Amino acid sequence: MYTAAVFLPLLASAIAGFMAFLPAEGEKKHTIDSWSQWLTCGALLISMVLSWVIFKSVAMDSQPVTITLFTWIDSGTLELNWAIKVDQLTAVMMFVVTTVSAMVHVYSIGYMHHDGSIPRFMSYLSLFTFFMLMLVTADNLVQMFFGWEGVGLASYLLIGFWYKKPEANAAAIKAFLVNRVGDFGFALGIFATYVLFDTVHLDTIFGAVSGKADATIIVLGTEFHALTVICLLLFVGAMGKSAQLGLHTWLPDAMEGPTPVSALIHAATMVTAGVFMVARLSPMFEYSDTALTVVTLVGASTAIFAATIGCVQNDIKRVIAYSTCSQLGYMFFACGVSAYSAGIFHLMTHAFFKALLFLGAGSVIHAMSDEQDIRKMGGIWKMIPVTYALMWIGSLALAGIPPFAGYWSKDIVLEAAFASHTGIGQYAFWLGVLAALLTAFYSWRLIILTFHGKSRADEKVLAHVHESPKVMIVPLLVLATGAVFAGYLGYEGFVGRDAVAFWGNSILVLPTHTAIEAAHHVPAWVKYAPLVVGIAGISLAYFMYMYATSLPKMLAEAWRPVYLFLLNKWYFDELYDFLFVRPAMRLGKNLWKTGDGDLIDGLGPDGLSAVVMDVGRKTARLQSGYLYHYAFAMLVGVAVLVTWYILSSTA
Amino acid sequence: MSSLHILSSLILIPLAGAAFIFIFLTRGDEKVIARNARWAALWTSGFTFLWSLYLWFAFDRTTADFQFVERQEWMPAYNITYYVGVDGISVLFVLLSTLLTPVCILSAWEAVTTRVKEYMIAFLLMEAMMIGMFSALDIVVFYLFFEAVLIPMFLIIGVWGGPRRVYAAFKFFLYTLLGSVLMLLALLVMYQTAGTTEIPELMNAGFHPDLQIWLWLAFFASFAVKVPMWPVHTWLPDAHVEAPTAGSVILAGVLLKFGGYGFLRFSLPMFPDASVVFTPLMFTLSIIAVIYTSLVALAQEDMKKLIAYSSVAHMGFVTVGTFSLNQQGIEGAIYQMLSHGVVSAALFLIVGVVYDRIHSRRISDYGGLVHRMPVYGLTFMLFMLASVGLPGTGGFIGEFLILLGAFKAAPWVAALTATGVVLSAAYMLYLYRRVIFGKLTRESLQKISDMSRREVLVFAPLIVLVLWMGIYPPSFLDVMHVSVTNLIEHMETARAGADALAQAAR
Repeated sequence: MYTAAVFLPLLASAIAGFMAFLPAEGEKKHTIDSWSQWLTCGALLISMVLSWVIFKSVAMDSQPVTITLFTWIDSGTLELNWAIKVDQLTAVMMFVVTTVSAMVHVYSIGYMHHDGSIPRFMSYLSLFTFFMLMLVTADNLVQMFFGWEGVGLASYLLIGFWYKKPEANAAAIKAFLVNRVGDFGFALGIFATYVLFDTVHLDTIFGAVSGKADATIIVLGTEFHALTVICLLLFVGAMGKSAQLGLHTWLPDAMEGPTPVSALIHAATMVTAGVFMVARLSPMFEYSDTALTVVTLVGASTAIFAATIGCVQNDIKRVIAYSTCSQLGYMFFACGVSAYSAGIFHLMTHAFFKALLFLGAGSVIHAMSDEQDIRKMGGIWKMIPVTYALMWIGSLALAGIPPFAGYWSKDIVLEAAFASHTGIGQYAFWLGVLAALLTAFYSWRLIILTFHGKSRADEKVLAHVHESPKVMIVPLLVLATGAVFAGYLGYEGFVGRDAVAFWGNSILVLPTHTAIEAAHHVPAWVKYAPLVVGIAGISLAYFMYMYATSLPKMLAEAWRPVYLFLLNKWYFDELYDFLFVRPAMRLGKNLWKTGDGDLIDGLGPDGLSAVVMDVGRKTARLQSGYLYHYAFAMLVGVAVLVTWYILSSTA
Repeated sequence: MSSLHILSSLILIPLAGAAFIFIFLTRGDEKVIARNARWAALWTSGFTFLWSLYLWFAFDRTTADFQFVERQEWMPAYNITYYVGVDGISVLFVLLSTLLTPVCILSAWEAVTTRVKEYMIAFLLMEAMMIGMFSALDIVVFYLFFEAVLIPMFLIIGVWGGPRRVYAAFKFFLYTLLGSVLMLLALLVMYQTAGTTEIPELMNAGFHPDLQIWLWLAFFASFAVKVPMWPVHTWLPDAHVEAPTAGSVILAGVLLKFGGYGFLRFSLPMFPDASVVFTPLMFTLSIIAVIYTSLVALAQEDMKKLIAYSSVAHMGFVTVGTFSLNQQGIEGAIYQMLSHGVVSAALFLIVGVVYDRIHSRRISDYGGLVHRMPVYGLTFMLFMLASVGLPGTGGFIGEFLILLGAFKAAPWVAALTATGVVLSAAYMLYLYRRVIFGKLTRESLQKISDMSRREVLVFAPLIVLVLWMGIYPPSFLDVMHVSVTNLIEHMETARAGADALAQAAR
C-alpha cells in the first residue's frame, strides 16, 4: 500500500510520457490525450485514497511504518537505502500532496484541453508528485535530497512547459538555478551531518543528537557550534525551495507556467518542502537557538516583505504568488519559535485555500481568454458566479476570517510567536500582524479589481466570458471544502489538546521551548488582533477600490518612489543581475579569451612554437657559411665548457 | 581463470580485427570496402565487448588482489615481463573501453565517408591500447600502451578532423609529449632504484620521501595533462572541436581517464608521502579548474567547446576526490570517471547527431529543435541532467561521494568545489535552452529529422547505464570497495613506515 501510493504516480508518468511520443493526428490524438488523462488521474486518485488510509492508520492510530526497498549508496561507513518512512508528519504531507495533486490533475483535464501536448503535461504533473512523495517519505537526508532536486526538475519542466515562450524558458532556468544555490547549502549540510554523526539516516541522527549538542566543527581554523552550522546550511536549502527572502526571486517568475502547475507546485506542495524539512529535522534545529532565531528572522521578514509587494502587483497570478511567499514566511517563523506543529498546520490549511485561489484564478484566466492583468478585468462576477464565490472562500480563508481554515492556523502561528517571549518572537508577531493586514488588503484588492466595478476588458473578451466546465469546478469544490473545514477539524489534533498524541515522536520540541502550549494562554487582544487587522484590511480595500477609486492612483503618484520600489519587487532581480549574472558572463568571456587564449596558450604551446620557429630562423642565420663564425662559436663553447668543469670540480 | 588469457585476448581481438581489415579488405570499389570495414569493425568490437563481460561476471569482488593475471617473460635480461591483470580500480575502465568502442563505430556509420577503412583500423587499434593501458601491471608495458594510444588519436584528429585539425593535433601532441618525457625519466629512475618494473612490487618499494617528491612531480606532469588539469587544459577544447564525433567520444570517454587512473595506480600507492605533501596543490588546481572552466563554458558559442570545458570541470571533481584520500572521495572519483565516461561520451554523440545534419557546431545556428526532434530533445535532456549531477543519474553519485570525501578532508575544499554544481547547471541549462527550446525559426532546420533507429541504438546502452548507475550504484561500487580500502590501508602503512624511518634516523 505504501509503496503503491508512492510509485503509482511514477508509473503513470512513465506511461503518459511514452504516449507523448506516439505520432498521432486528429481523432487518434484525441484518444491518446484522453487515455493519458484518465491514466494519470486514475493513478493519482488511487494514490490519494491510499494516502487517506495511510493517514488514518499512521497519524490517527499512531502506527508509523518504515519500508526499506533496497540499497542506494554504500561507500565506507556511508550506507543508505531507498526507503519509505511514514510517520505522522509524513502522513500529513502525503495527505496534502496527493489530495491537492489529484484535484489538480482532474482540473487540468478541463484547463488544458486546448493544449497540443496533453500527455506530456500529465506526465510531468505525475512525475512531480512522485518526487514530492519521495521527498516526504525519505528515511535519510540523501533520499530527501533526491526528491528535493527531483521536484526542482519537475518544476523546471513545468514552468518551461510552453517552451516557445522565451519568458517561460528564462523563468524555468531561473527557478532551477536559484534552487541549486539553495541545494548547494543543503548538500553541504548533508556532508557536515555525515562528518558529525557518521550517518545520514534520520532516526540514527535523531537518536544521537542530544549527545552532540555541544560538538564543534572546525572550518578554516575557526571553531563553530556544529549543529548551528549544519542547521544553517540545511536552512539555505529550505530558503531556496520555499522562496524565502533572498532566494525568492524565482517564484513570481515561475508563474509563467500553466496555472494548475502554479497551484500544485508553487503554492500547495513543493514550496512548502522547506517548512517540511525544518519540521522533519526539528530534533536538530531544537539544539541550535541561533539557527532557530535565523529561521524566525527570515520567515518573519519574508512574510512582510512579500506582502508589501503583493499590494501593488497587477498580474493576478503574481499577486497570489507573493501571497504564497508571505504565507511561507508565517510557516517558517512558526517553526523558528519551536511551534513546528503550528507551521505544519498552516501548511496544510494553506495548501487547500491557496490551491483553491490559484485554480480559481485559473478559472478566471480561462474565462477571460488568457488575460492575467487585473487592470483589464472587472465587472464579471455575475458571469462566473461559482468561480466568484470560490474566490471569496479562498480569500476569506487566506485573510484569516473565522470559521475558515486560515483563521485557525494563522491565529495559532501568531499566538505562538507572541507566546515564545523572545525578542525575535515579538518581531515575528508584530510583522506577522502587519502582514495579516496587508494580506487581507491585497486579497480584496484582487477580488474587487477582478470581479467588480465597470469592466475594463474589451468587448470580444467579455462576450466570451463563461463559467468553467464541471471537470474544473468539482476539484475546486473539493478544495473549497478543505478551505472551509480543514482548520476547524484539524485544530485540536494538530495544535490543540490532542496534539501531543497526534504527532507522537515525529516532531521534537525541547521542554524549554514552550511557545506552542503558551500560545493557548495569551492575552485576549493577541487572540483578536489578527481578526481585527483582517477586517480592517478588507475594509480598506473596499474603501480604496470600490468607493474612493481615485485614491490608489493619487497615493501612487504622491509616494512614487515607494510605489516604484514595491512595483519593481524591491529591485532584487536588478541587483542579482548586476551582482552575479553579468559578472559571471563577463568573467567567463575574459577567462576564456585572456586566460586561456593570451596567457596559457600565449605562453604555452603557441609561445613555445613561436620561440622554436624563432630559434630555427636565427640558427639558419648562424649557418652563414663563414668559417670564422663557426670558429668563434666553437671557441665560446670550449670556454663555457672549461669554466663549468673547473667550477664544478672545485665545488 | 588466467588459462583463458582473457585480458590478452581482449587486447588481441581488436588488433586481429584491425589486421583483418588492413589485409583482406582491399578488393572491390571504395564503397564496398567501406561497408565491409564498418561491419568488420562493428563485429570485432561487439564481440570484444561481449567477451569482456566475462570480466564483469567472473570478477571476484572480495579480494583486492590483481585478477586474471597473465605473466610472460619478455626481456629477461632487463627483468621486464609482459604482465597484465586487473583489480577493482581498473576492471571497470576496461569495460568502459570495450563498451564505448562499438558505440563509436556505430555512431560513425554514416558520418565518416572518407578513408573508412583506415578510420576503423584506428579505432580498433585504439581499443587494444586502451585495454592494454588499464590492465598493464608492468611499467614498461604500461608506458608503451600509454604512449601508443596517442598515435591513433593523433591520426584521427589530424586526418578526419575539422579545418584547424593540424593545429589541434599538434597542440595535443606537444602537451602530452612533454609530460610523457618526464614520466619516462621517472620510470627509469624507479627501475634503477627498485630493480623491478612490476607495478605490484613497485607499490611496496618504499621510495625515500625525498625521491618521492621528484618522481611524483614527473608523473604529475604527465597525468595532469591527460586529466587535464588547469592550466594545462587548453589542448582539450581545440582537440575536441577539431576531432570527429567518435574521436571526441573516446577522448572524453576514456583517454581523459588515463590521468585520473594514473594518479590512483601510481602516485597514491607508490608515492604516498609525496601525495600527502602535494594535496594542497592538487586541491587548489582542481578548484581553480572547476570554477574557471565552468565560467568559461558559460561564455562558449560552440557546442563542442562548451562540453569540452565542462569535461575539464568534471575532471576537476575527480582530482579533488582522489586527493581527499578517503574511501568516499576515492570511490567517488572512480565513479565520477566512469559516469563522466558515459555522460560526456553521450553528450558528444548528441552534438554529433545534429552536426551530421546541419554541419555546424555553433549554438546560434540552432534553436527550437524540440519541435522536430522530440526524441532527441528527451535524450539530450537526460544526459544534460546527468551532467549537472541530478540525483537518480550516474552523475550524482560520483559528485556526491567526492564532495562528501572532500568535506571530510577539508570543508572549504568541498564548499568551493560544490560551486561547480551550481555553475554546471547554469551552462548546461543555458545550452539546452538555446539549442532545443524556443521557436523553430531557422530555414535550415525546417526539415531536420529526428534520430534514426541506428542513432537510438547508439544511445540506448548509454541511457540504460546512466540510470542504472544513478539508481542502483552498488553494482559498481561493490567492485571497487575492497581495492579502494586496500589502497588506503596501503598508503597508511607506507606512510607509517616512512615516519618510523624518519624517527629512527633522528
